[in-house]
Amino acid sequence: MTAKSQTLVFKNRPRIIAGMSVVGDKEGEGPLGKYFDTIEPDPKMGKSSFEKGETAMFSKAIEGAAAKAGMQIFDIGALFAGDLLNQLVSSSYAARDLPVSYFGLYSACSTMTEALSLGAAMINAGYFKTAACATGSHFATAERQYRFPLEYGCQRPPYAQWTVTAAGCSILADSGNGPAITHATIGRVVDYGITDANNMGAAMAPAAFDTVLAVLEDTEMKIEDFDGIFTGDLGRLGGEILRDLCRERGIELGQRYSDCGEMIFSSEQECYSGGSGAGCSACVLNSFILDKMKKHEYNRVLLMATGALMSPTTSFQGESIPAICHAVIMENDL
Amino acid sequence: MTDNIKRNENYSRYVNAISPSSSALSSLIKAFIAGGITCVIGEIVRNTFGLIPGITDEQAAVYASVVLVVIAILFTGLGIYDSIGRIGGAGSFLPITGFANAMSSAAMEFRSEGLIMGTAVKMFNVVGPVIVNGIVWSAVAGILRYIIALISGVL
Amino acid sequence: MIFSDTWWGWLLNYLIVFTSGGLFCLLAQVLIIKTKLTPARILVLFLIAGIILQAIGVYEPISEVLRSGIAIPITGFGASLAKGSIEWAMQYGPLGAFAGGLVQTAYGVGIAVFASYIVSLIFKPKSK
Repeated sequence: MTAKSQTLVFKNRPRIIAGMSVVGDKEGEGPLGKYFDTIEPDPKMGKSSFEKGETAMFSKAIEGAAAKAGMQIFDIGALFAGDLLNQLVSSSYAARDLPVSYFGLYSACSTMTEALSLGAAMINAGYFKTAACATGSHFATAERQYRFPLEYGCQRPPYAQWTVTAAGCSILADSGNGPAITHATIGRVVDYGITDANNMGAAMAPAAFDTVLAVLEDTEMKIEDFDGIFTGDLGRLGGEILRDLCRERGIELGQRYSDCGEMIFSSEQECYSGGSGAGCSACVLNSFILDKMKKHEYNRVLLMATGALMSPTTSFQGESIPAICHAVIMENDL
Repeated sequence: MTDNIKRNENYSRYVNAISPSSSALSSLIKAFIAGGITCVIGEIVRNTFGLIPGITDEQAAVYASVVLVVIAILFTGLGIYDSIGRIGGAGSFLPITGFANAMSSAAMEFRSEGLIMGTAVKMFNVVGPVIVNGIVWSAVAGILRYIIALISGVL
Repeated sequence: MIFSDTWWGWLLNYLIVFTSGGLFCLLAQVLIIKTKLTPARILVLFLIAGIILQAIGVYEPISEVLRSGIAIPITGFGASLAKGSIEWAMQYGPLGAFAGGLVQTAYGVGIAVFASYIVSLIFKPKSK
């Protein structure tokens, strides 16, 4: 590891021993529907508001993941969690009912890999034996915070994205069965001057590109060393841009690369460029990706969740959109 | 720094080239038809009210917009208007119905924060710019016309 | 209605309304696609256009031909505001300019506020 490396190497191989995904109706109808643990038909989860519903979804993901890992909630060393709402209300209100140390994280839609990086680092260092890493997002709450009222009839451009209603939680532990997290590459904030808040894919693709370069340089691995490479929510357009940016440097991502946002909705679902949101990478990781790793269809996966770090205030002030991408490398024991 | 500016310019040119623009022609046609139909409905209502003795055409025009406003708000409540808006685009936000939809959707959306701090405070969240600009610039128009009338000696 | 005496005049009137109203919306859609202006800005643009047309005195003759085609788009709202402001300014002096617009449009705005309030009591927004 050089002095300038962005990558943490986890010698003690902290591992993901369980994952739980909770998604909404629309996500359940998508191509990945059969991989999700729970599909919730009620976007409010029986509560009185969408925000309370999002919190309930969040709790359900954490409790479900702990149960799948065969643990009591009390035994979780720490919870690393974040969401898209102001003041991280969904995570914090979900954590309110849990007797667990809590780190609230904000890194927009890249929070899942930030949480995994920090959780794995803490476990690798021996501070905790187990950690829960959870993120979530909700279409209805994100719409009102970032865009327009739900019933407002407005068109979006075809490159816009659809916020995923989902929560996902991974349980990390210092021992047990499951893929190990071997590296985490901590992204830098990258801004190529995109100002159109509808075009998140274009704003975030350069951050993903920056992190791809860092991963390849720091770990001295090649693209071919990975069975699967997933970005969080670049969408169709952002994914294309990332491929183009990589191609310019002679890196061909090829078939092994997909984007969680693009995978989660089919083109018939009218979700424009695909899904987005902190819950997007969280639910795809904790269903599809962990499933494929368990079956050894994938043995080494690079997961790069991307986040756009703007707010409506900065957008109205004409600021461009800074973006970030954190990557984790997950590996099966061979 | 200058490197970054150049990089960003190139990138934004590239993004504009690669971003799909909503199949322009079909969205234009949809906006045209949605807008046209809304205006025709308004015209039908206006002419119908105009048949009632004692109602002037100007009053009938006011009633027509009131009827459209009420229909649009009802559609918003039933959750239909946003689907119309997604198809119609400018054809459904430019007519007075779009104004009504923006107002009522905000009122409904923020109902969860209560009638006072939610509905009442946020009702003008989206239509605020229209009301404020309308009042300011129509007042300017009125005052200018008054001054012109004064100068030209009409008053 | 200037053409309403015969059946073809009646038809022509509706054709003009449809086409002109449609064209205004088409123009707004062009602005969205080409300039990436937000709907709120486009609404304000058309509103001010209506105010200007009324202020320079050409709105009335245009609207006699286009009728609902120009009155139903937000231009009509702008023109009503300006009409009220100007009339009241002439009648009651410069202070009238601040009241007239609101008086002229009070039906529409008042009913919109009232109906929105009622609707928010009855219906809840749906997650799509």
